Amino acid sequence: MIPKTLFDKIWDSHVVQSIEGGPDVLYIDQQYIHEVTSPQAFAGLKARGIPVMRPAQTLATADHNIPTKDQDQPIKDALSRNQVDKLDENTREFGITYYGLNHPLNGIVHVIGPEQGFTLPGMTIVCGDSHTSTHGAFGSVAFGIGTSEVEMVLATQCILQPKPKKMRITVNGKLQKGVTSKDIILYIISQISTGGATGYFVEYAGPAIETLSMESRMTICNMSIEMGARGGLIAPDEITFEYLKLIPNVVNKPDFASQQEKWNLLKSDTGAGFDRELTFDAGKIRPMITYGTNPGMGIAIDDSIPALDDISEDRTASFLKSLDYMGFIPGMRMLGHPVDYVFLGSCTNGRIEDLRAFTKFVKGRKKANNVTALIVPGSKKVEQQAIKEGLATILKKAGFELRQPGCSSCLAMNEDKVPPGKYAVSTSNRNFEGRQGPGARTLLASPLTAAAAAITGKITDPRDLLNE
Amino acid sequence: MPKAKFDILESRCVPLPLENVDTDQIIPARFLSATTRDGFGENLFRDWRYDKSGNKNKDFVLNDPIYSGQVLVAGKNFGSGSSREHAVWAIADYGFRAVISSFFADIFRNNSLNNGLLPVVVREDFLSDLLEEIRKKPETMVRIDLGRQLFTILPVGKSVSFEINPYKKECMMKGLDDIDYLLSIRNIITAYELRNNPGK
Repeated sequence: MIPKTLFDKIWDSHVVQSIEGGPDVLYIDQQYIHEVTSPQAFAGLKARGIPVMRPAQTLATADHNIPTKDQDQPIKDALSRNQVDKLDENTREFGITYYGLNHPLNGIVHVIGPEQGFTLPGMTIVCGDSHTSTHGAFGSVAFGIGTSEVEMVLATQCILQPKPKKMRITVNGKLQKGVTSKDIILYIISQISTGGATGYFVEYAGPAIETLSMESRMTICNMSIEMGARGGLIAPDEITFEYLKLIPNVVNKPDFASQQEKWNLLKSDTGAGFDRELTFDAGKIRPMITYGTNPGMGIAIDDSIPALDDISEDRTASFLKSLDYMGFIPGMRMLGHPVDYVFLGSCTNGRIEDLRAFTKFVKGRKKANNVTALIVPGSKKVEQQAIKEGLATILKKAGFELRQPGCSSCLAMNEDKVPPGKYAVSTSNRNFEGRQGPGARTLLASPLTAAAAAITGKITDPRDLLNE
Repeated sequence: MPKAKFDILESRCVPLPLENVDTDQIIPARFLSATTRDGFGENLFRDWRYDKSGNKNKDFVLNDPIYSGQVLVAGKNFGSGSSREHAVWAIADYGFRAVISSFFADIFRNNSLNNGLLPVVVREDFLSDLLEEIRKKPETMVRIDLGRQLFTILPVGKSVSFEINPYKKECMMKGLDDIDYLLSIRNIITAYELRNNPGK
């Protein structure tokens, strides 16, 4: 038998038809939808007069366009309220399960899918959201799609898709103290650039990946899109199975044992061919922070922003435009630079593990007066757990307030905006111009680096405070 | 459902020589609350096109009367970031029918093809030449012949061929729609389900 990659195994077993000279018709096991990218898809179904083919294989939530305060009140902004109402209406009409605002299982789409056991190894998963790659942490082929494609999947449970090339990124060695999976992925993106994996599906492997928890793996897969990759995935293993065993929806299924046997086969065969292979050493990775306006513009926190001499001529204009927006100059050091906002949350770092790490760091310390902090759990479940474990109380003592779940300041569709010109250390995934509000300046980092900035009010190496 | 067909387009160009133009720049998130596909062109490149007070930013190319046309010429890795199809709707609603770059983000490219906006990939040196030509002569006309997969800078007669998936090419030229195709093979899809028992 020809050795196959994990990606090939999953993709190939889901091909319903190969169109000659064209894309594959790929069967989708699970779709997630949310309020922002679905209304036009439902409108399309209505215009065609057709139903949703498999409503049980789509799960809906409201997350992008909702407030993170007073969620029991009607949404103030009329357009946002209308969009959320539309999803309620559409899911009722088409028979789709909807975890809307105030539902006990509501949350960010990429947090609740895994949490509630909808995401499983070996699946094909899509959502009208580029961070769908998150679900790849379970050994599934998961990728973001546009609204026309959401409509395709609603209508036919299939999508027309060209098969991407395959890349394997192996991370050897062991992480230093104070360095997290967020730093691994920010480091990789800084090495290969924001478009460096365009056209590829990435498998992450190696000892530094295999030892990570499921939530840390999700952080890595989540940001695959930030280097242009179609998606990212990690072979399921004992850590995956242990995580799944704690989810009632999964473990209570009568065929759980036989499923697990199948999942054990989900790994790349020895000798399987990748179109590109990259290797990194985890031991060399330091806490990372971004200085520019795409996630590839990142450096170790104690390094300097590249000097103009380090930038190739064709990139100079974009580089300078980016630094001008950020209010930075080439070659400057970032440590000690004042910070105005700190955001902990998003589908990248809004899980319980992230809240625990942040809380442990700020415990017994006080938030700096110049910092406005937004601590936003990724789901109702995470919120409840944070309260139950006492994290909310510790946070409160340190001067932080726990918000209600949602995408919040990651894309700032709601009121959680960073004002123009202000600096935000953010655990989210994008530092694009205006991403956190018009004129906002985003510095992407790990929950630990965010916690360090929240305490000192400036860009701080979290390792300095861990050793105190 | 039938869509607009794309065959041959002759037009002037609008140059945007920046790399990594992300979909948050093309259409900022705060304009994504609409529930229809219409009207996004008004806010295309909103924060580059207008200043904080809502006045037109004279330096931005869409506000420069020298440049016009249905072809947007952009730096590499155009359309990176969010999967929002609103970015494509905004570009098309503004009046563009094709975007030229040396490479596109994957989701953006798929979204473009699904909306009759043609993404044309050219080599980086050709892209530089084209941008230089437009800079020197903003009235430069180009011709995109989808049938022959040929992009030509008309005044200098310089041509380059471009790749497009044959299935997608046919869809663009005939104004066909993926969903119509998928609905036509429903029996094959249900046969797949019977064999594989998905969703279980």
